[in-house]
Amino acid sequence: MHRTGELYGQFQTLDQQREAASLGMWVFLITEIMFFGGLFLAYTINRAIYAVAFAEASRELNVHMGGANTAVLILSSFTMAMGVWCSQTGRKKLLVVFLIATLALGGVFLGVKYFEYAEKFHHHLVPGYDFHFPDVKPEIAAQDPYINAHAQLFFSLYFGMTGLHALHMIVGAGLLLWLIAQAAKGRFTPAYNTPVEIVGLYWHFVDIIWIFLFPLLYLIDRHT
Amino acid sequence: MSPTASSPTAGLPRAHYLNQAYGIRSWLLTTDHKRIALLYLATVTLFFFIGGSFAVMIRIHLLTPEGYLVTPETYNKLFTMHGVAMIFFFLIPSIPAVLGNFLIPLMIGAKDLAFPKINLLSWYLYIVGGAFFIYSMLTGGLDTGWTFYTPYSSIYSNSAVTPAILGIFINGFSSILTGLNFVVTIHTMRAPGMTWFRLPLFVWAHYATSIIFILGTPVIAIALLLVGLERIFHIGFFNPQMGGDPVLFQHLFWFYSHPAVYIMVLPAMGVVSEVIPTFSRKAIFGYHFVAAASLAIAVIGFLVWAHHMFVAGQSTYAALAFSLLSFLVAIPSAVKVFNWIATLYKGSISYDTPMLYALGFIGLFTIGGLTGLFLASLGVDVHVHDTYFVVAHFHYIMVGGAIMGYLGGIHFWWPKITGRLYPEFLARIAAIILFSGFNLTFFPQFILGYLGMPRRYHTYPPEFQVLNVLSTAGASILAVGYLLPMLYLTWAMRYGKVAGRNPWPATGLEWQTESPPPTENFDKTPEVTWEPYDFHHRPDLGLASPGLAPARGDD
Repeated sequence: MHRTGELYGQFQTLDQQREAASLGMWVFLITEIMFFGGLFLAYTINRAIYAVAFAEASRELNVHMGGANTAVLILSSFTMAMGVWCSQTGRKKLLVVFLIATLALGGVFLGVKYFEYAEKFHHHLVPGYDFHFPDVKPEIAAQDPYINAHAQLFFSLYFGMTGLHALHMIVGAGLLLWLIAQAAKGRFTPAYNTPVEIVGLYWHFVDIIWIFLFPLLYLIDRHT
Repeated sequence: MSPTASSPTAGLPRAHYLNQAYGIRSWLLTTDHKRIALLYLATVTLFFFIGGSFAVMIRIHLLTPEGYLVTPETYNKLFTMHGVAMIFFFLIPSIPAVLGNFLIPLMIGAKDLAFPKINLLSWYLYIVGGAFFIYSMLTGGLDTGWTFYTPYSSIYSNSAVTPAILGIFINGFSSILTGLNFVVTIHTMRAPGMTWFRLPLFVWAHYATSIIFILGTPVIAIALLLVGLERIFHIGFFNPQMGGDPVLFQHLFWFYSHPAVYIMVLPAMGVVSEVIPTFSRKAIFGYHFVAAASLAIAVIGFLVWAHHMFVAGQSTYAALAFSLLSFLVAIPSAVKVFNWIATLYKGSISYDTPMLYALGFIGLFTIGGLTGLFLASLGVDVHVHDTYFVVAHFHYIMVGGAIMGYLGGIHFWWPKITGRLYPEFLARIAAIILFSGFNLTFFPQFILGYLGMPRRYHTYPPEFQVLNVLSTAGASILAVGYLLPMLYLTWAMRYGKVAGRNPWPATGLEWQTESPPPTENFDKTPEVTWEPYDFHHRPDLGLASPGLAPARGDD
């Protein structure tokens, strides 16, 4: 199919093309919700069964780093939203600035995550043969004699969920790099800005996943 | 266009999608939905024959009670790889990715799917996934059963589980992207006048199927990903020793894999809904109900998964609820069957090959569906669970239903895909061979299962031998039934009679354009001014007496 300007050959109008791209991204995000949904289900069930071990294990997470990362991500969603607004109103230079800011904040998030993961690694909290949960108070050990195994389940879910989330962040960073390159060439105008809009949707989605992950994983011991 | 052409190329349109470009690159880098459909056709056929050869070995092994062909370990691998190849790499992509890909843009009057490059990406994901599965077959095979139940698949199995899981995981994204493409295309790419309730029922069926692709496939992807992580990193999401729950895997697995049955059968129902009106010369009875039934099956299909786990230790109350919900699926299914029969009533019926497949579908699907109700009843299910009764039941749905629909559709649209007709007499004989072979293969298995022969065993008590021999005999007839269409359809691609635009004739938009269609599908964007399946107000179909003359004559 040939392309005339920004209009791909299979479409009749730019409006139709934008509608298709936007709907496509929404449908994709639905599949993402179902994808993460399986993990959230596994978490919820085990959290209900092994409440003591999960609360105990969540105490090993660094709530300050997690909290700071939450702030970083919310801020990056703001800069992304500003980027979308810039592309819709034709502020081409400002668009590049906001996209770079979003990418930088995403980078900060991943950097902090690296230090968190490294800390868990040094404390033998990475699931596998080398996993060793620190000794707990006798009254807690009495409530859950298999706390080592159940805490390991918590950390399996922790690494599974945050790892998958981080993978989505890395994909998002790749998309942002591409957007920045295109935006620097001035490709996005008020008439054609669908890529900015749909990458924005994706970025907000990844952000929202974290908004759920943070309280589930880091804050559960605060109310037990 | 002359229908009496003698030389191989005369009579076909001068430029069409097949002669638009030549060479391997023009195929492997194409974004034309019609060419991608043919790529899928070639590759799903390959997997069909891989899966089929495993089935042949299973049936030969079961000729004798002791089973002399293979060792018990190899037998486990045979039925596992038969299931995985057939379900994930043949049945699920078969009708959607081949016929759906080819026809949906044509049926709604679009130039292509909404995302042609993503469509090509889907095919490559399918190929990469398939390659991983073949790698697993060649490096020791897979013995977990196609269901991958934990903890066997995650801890104990010594076969090549990880590459197989990776293959199915990657292939899942192929399904997801196909479903996404279809939904967006149907929403945004319809031609002027093609309202939702003028859509062919084939498109409705694919819309419903796509919903399952979108909502179901990600769940099995994550479930298999977790099994893979367990195998690689020795962590324990589903390992009871580490506090994990193996039944959770079954829930996640069946949350996709039960709706996946409807991924296989809904598109086949779509084919039947096209074929029956065409060869009855009558509008479909209850168009809106047939369309809504597709959606209802897709939705209810998501609420029944735990009926696979009646004996897996779930709570009795959950089992009761899932039993009741499973019965509900029968309602939209029956709506479809009754509407097809009402369409036949007082129609002007002709028994062309696609019609034979469609009628075969109705009969076999009904048997498969009704025995499904036996299995949805808690008491009966405890008795026949994990027996050949279950095996027979789902083969009636998947082979008797889905493959009959697939072959019927391939015959129905072969003139559109290739521009040529297949040899009608031979095709009817093949359809009858297939139908007889199928029943002889699988009906004895209902009896075997009812008598208590468990599935997945390499050996059985001697008193079951007669029925097993019958089943194997049927399987050899069935194999002939599959090989015949392979041969004459390939032959017809080059030597068949030129079909013309609308050989049957049928009412859909895809029959308005050339056969084979040009790359952009229509010379100019069509405008739809007629209701679906209306033979009466369509002078362009060239019927002498609309609604009375049988389709294509009884030659």
